Amino acid sequence: MSGPATIVDVRGVDVELEGRRILTDVNFNVRAGEFAGLIGSNGAGKTTLLRMMLGLVQPARGEVVWPNNAREQRRVGYVPQKVALDVDVPLRVRDFVALGDDGHRYGLRRRTQQTWDRVQEVLDAVEASDLGERRIGALSGGELQRVLMAHALVSSPELLLLDEPLANLDPGATEDIVTLLARVREREHVAILLSAHDINALLGVMDRVIYIANAHVASGPTDEVVRHDVLSRLYGHHVDVVRVHGRVLVVTGATSEGPVPEHPDLVVE
Amino acid sequence: MHWLFEPGIWSNPAVRTGVGVGMVVAVVSALVGLFTVMRSQSFAGHALADVATAGGAGAGVFGFSPLAGFVVGSLAGASAMEAIGVERVRQRDVATGVVLGGATGLSALFLYLITLNTSNAGSTQSILFGSLFSVSNSSFLVITVVSVAVCLALAALGRPLLFASVSPDAARARGVAVRRVALGYTLLMAVTVGLSAVVIGSVLSTALLIGPPAAALRLGRRLGATLALAAALGVGAVGFGVVASYDSFYWWPSHRALPVSFCVVTLVVVEVVTANVVARVWARRGANARA
Amino acid sequence: MFSSFMTNAWIVGTVVSLLAGATGFFVVMRGSSFAAHAIPNGAFAGAAGAALVGVTPLAGLITFAVVSSVGIGASRRHRGDVATALALVMMLALGAAFLSLSGAYEPQVEALLFGQILGVATTSIVPVVVIASLCALALAVMYRPLLFNAAAPDLAAVKGLNPQLLEMGFMLTLALGAALTVPVVGALLTFSLTVGPPAAARLVTRRPGSALVASMALSAITLWVSIAASYQSNLPVGFFVGTSSALVYVLARILTRWRGRRA
Repeated sequence: MSGPATIVDVRGVDVELEGRRILTDVNFNVRAGEFAGLIGSNGAGKTTLLRMMLGLVQPARGEVVWPNNAREQRRVGYVPQKVALDVDVPLRVRDFVALGDDGHRYGLRRRTQQTWDRVQEVLDAVEASDLGERRIGALSGGELQRVLMAHALVSSPELLLLDEPLANLDPGATEDIVTLLARVREREHVAILLSAHDINALLGVMDRVIYIANAHVASGPTDEVVRHDVLSRLYGHHVDVVRVHGRVLVVTGATSEGPVPEHPDLVVE
Repeated sequence: MHWLFEPGIWSNPAVRTGVGVGMVVAVVSALVGLFTVMRSQSFAGHALADVATAGGAGAGVFGFSPLAGFVVGSLAGASAMEAIGVERVRQRDVATGVVLGGATGLSALFLYLITLNTSNAGSTQSILFGSLFSVSNSSFLVITVVSVAVCLALAALGRPLLFASVSPDAARARGVAVRRVALGYTLLMAVTVGLSAVVIGSVLSTALLIGPPAAALRLGRRLGATLALAAALGVGAVGFGVVASYDSFYWWPSHRALPVSFCVVTLVVVEVVTANVVARVWARRGANARA
Repeated sequence: MFSSFMTNAWIVGTVVSLLAGATGFFVVMRGSSFAAHAIPNGAFAGAAGAALVGVTPLAGLITFAVVSSVGIGASRRHRGDVATALALVMMLALGAAFLSLSGAYEPQVEALLFGQILGVATTSIVPVVVIASLCALALAVMYRPLLFNAAAPDLAAVKGLNPQLLEMGFMLTLALGAALTVPVVGALLTFSLTVGPPAAARLVTRRPGSALVASMALSAITLWVSIAASYQSNLPVGFFVGTSSALVYVLARILTRWRGRRA
């Protein structure tokens, strides 16, 4: 199989939360340099699936395979949705980002200038260049998000996992983050897998989509998955995929398969 | 029953009064303490007991009624903790620790002054571990009345308190004045702790506030049953603890009795451990039944 | 106050307060103030038990402090604060029982609970310095993982840090430090050196290294002042330690608020 190497392979995984099965037979992979989106509504199991990939939760069935050991060798970066930070903790942004590199190592070795240069480099990459000296507890939500990204990137991971980075953002900010992530992918040569509940923000940059519905998953290149036949099979009943001005709407709950009214802007597949 | 109740235990009026007031305090501690455990405020509950101790010791120095001293001290401590900051968990932790340190320091001073100025030997012991058997009948009355008042107030706080304790965000969304409820509860806790510290010392005060409720929570399912169980466990620990302490005088030839505090605390710990074990066994049996 | 029989107090006091300040830096950061309060009570029980059995106090102090710290560390997640509270009162009650059984006098009880500056024997200096150095080394080795685990435990777990291992290591260090400090400052006041000065230190600086150093310095200064005041006034050293630690914190709060208003 030629092409970019596979970084992670999720095989036949069942996801359970508090005894209830919320996802069945999940299969997908992420390859080097790819931008993949895990799309599903709230409560669909995206966060749990990500945590399972990180080894924080064990799958009830199936396995998560890392062909070249990226997770064990700490080459996977993780940006959680929320971090409970103590406001008064004496930690500057650059200290926190540096911990992404050596925070897990026991022993006391002085940090080299090289490390600090790298810290500034990732801060620049996430457009947080001036935040270095700020106290980590005194950041706004958006600033903290970028710092968490820098923290995940400092050790040059192969894959960056982001849990709902676009939640609670207005459309303008959403666009900024997506553009930023695309830039980070280029600059840092890192694959990206993020979870979201709205596919539209990511349409322009996503190579591959992992679409969750009806406790099952369909994955593949975006164009091949977001189609009415694939999604109808996934949902278990008829769904329409409607494109309006380049935006996608998945319309479920249709009561009939009768003709849809014509409109020049409305393209129904 | 002779092996359990050594001769003369009930004929001693001080013992009867002591056991009686001990049980009253055990009940109110258990009821209030249930929420302390649910709200994960054990540190605050314990700190209030130590601050109450400072108040009680101070009362001893200046000649006030110990009961007033304990309760006032406890309320002052609660206010100080609220003043320093309770919104963020870490800050609350620090605030509690700092107030506790300051208050314990004051206790050191007051107890020293007491031993210096009076011939009261063992005042440290009595303040830390209570003077269960030297409670006067009038104090018994006051303590009982205040305890009933606390229980009524707790019932009044009732559902909002439960709601706010279990899910503060949801409660706020439903219009519960979470902050005010929290403040009210802290004051109730302060009074309860102050009362029990007078009678059984700050050590036991914490044990009865936390232990029986924790055990009951592991076993009970409905609130009413859990409250009843907590109260029963508290009363049992005090009752049997006093008996054991009295009996222990006869266990060794050296005739050195085990302190009441030790017997009661040990029983409380046994209750908690047993409850945990039983809960685990039930859970496993339940899982096996489902499988 | 600097006569020969006070030298022991100064030496040991300095060493334990520096250690308490360093340990306290992590205690406040991890939110372990309750455990830091409970463990010295374990040491108290150990000292009382040692007196009853006739063993050297340091052995009792260390054994019981370590046992209670392990118990508290092991139950951290599952209603940890309940376990800590019960461990605390159990140890205190146990200590009371030991003291009662061995017929200790009131002054001895007060010394154990509230500290005694003249109670430091010359023979204990070397063991104290050795154990304190070991603790300092342990803290240095765990420094970054502790920082990381306190700031973002989930991220630390992803990087492979075992939180239980870290918790145990820290609890043991805390226990050893407590065992050393209790004879000087007393079981009930030991913890205030691990809460007040460090909490103050982290308010006034945002760099972790500076906060650690400031924490140690403030703790040492607090104890020096307390020893001097206790010597002059004959009042128990615990009183000065408790109130000064609280005072240091309040001053730091006022300072930051004043600075915040100007900025």
